[in-house]
Amino acid sequence: MDALATCALRLGDDSLILGQRLGEWCGHAPALEVDLSLANCALDLIGQATHFLGLAGELEGKGRDADALAFRRDVMDFTNCLLVEQKNGDFAQTIARQFLFSHFQELHLAALAASKHERFAAIAAKAVKEVTYHSKLASDWVIRLGDGTDESKTRMIAGLDWMWRFADEMFVMDEADAALGVDKAALKPAWDQRIDAVLAEATLERPSPRRAITGGRAGHHSEQLGHLLTEMQFLQRAYPGATW
Amino acid sequence: MSDSQKEWPLWEVFVRGKGGLSHRHVGSVHAVDAKMAIEHARDTYTRRMEGVSLWVLPSAQITASDPGEAAALFEPAEDKVYRHPTFYKIPDGITHI
Repeated sequence: MDALATCALRLGDDSLILGQRLGEWCGHAPALEVDLSLANCALDLIGQATHFLGLAGELEGKGRDADALAFRRDVMDFTNCLLVEQKNGDFAQTIARQFLFSHFQELHLAALAASKHERFAAIAAKAVKEVTYHSKLASDWVIRLGDGTDESKTRMIAGLDWMWRFADEMFVMDEADAALGVDKAALKPAWDQRIDAVLAEATLERPSPRRAITGGRAGHHSEQLGHLLTEMQFLQRAYPGATW
Repeated sequence: MSDSQKEWPLWEVFVRGKGGLSHRHVGSVHAVDAKMAIEHARDTYTRRMEGVSLWVLPSAQITASDPGEAAALFEPAEDKVYRHPTFYKIPDGITHI
């Protein structure tokens, strides 16, 4: 795959895997209204994945469409960052993951919307509105849980504590990223500022720095991604090419 | 904690379909405060582009008429058809009426 196709694949995989994870809450969220909130976010993300994976397939030029890339690739071929594949855990852990990712994604897509690569810019311009709402929603919940009861605060701290080690990977740049021309590393100060402002309002301390875990972009994933794909890809594996 | 305390308070939701129209009641959501009620209303009632503006208000703030008094309140109007402006001849060519 060339550099731009790789970039489209990464963008698509991040959205796809997080969308699938959020979808796991469907029917299990703490309240009907929250169930709908999470499902809405999940559908936004899967919509973004459809566009970015479709673009990746076109740029690759080997006849693979979004479905082929989503449902007929093995775990080592997925290029999502490790943060988005982390298990839902409790509601606070899910919110922690969404909070860290959505703020990055919003900044990333806003920068990408100004890109000279028009296809990328068009998808990003549409998606950034969706993600602006995701980061607001996640921030509101971080504040509610962090500045809530003793139990909600304990859970919010634990959720952030688990997810924190996977945050740095979002900002890593390599040659493929450079070809697309959005400097993800340069987004870090703005991201830090947003995260710190919300944590302060939530009366939470920023988790202590720790050794970042990376490898998702190169296909080195946790065991959990395999489990996720088993469920997500079941139908196309069992009945290849099935449509409805 | 009793069940009634565990349940979040109820909010009535009003959606303005497009600019110029009034807000219409569409249903209700549970939420702990107004801010959350707006978010839940957005996710529950405007996900298919139904609206451009939302109102929420606590359901407890609504005072309803007593169904037991419906006869006294509403039936006297039934035989007063002259209160409808239907006895005027509308000239041809008048639209928007």
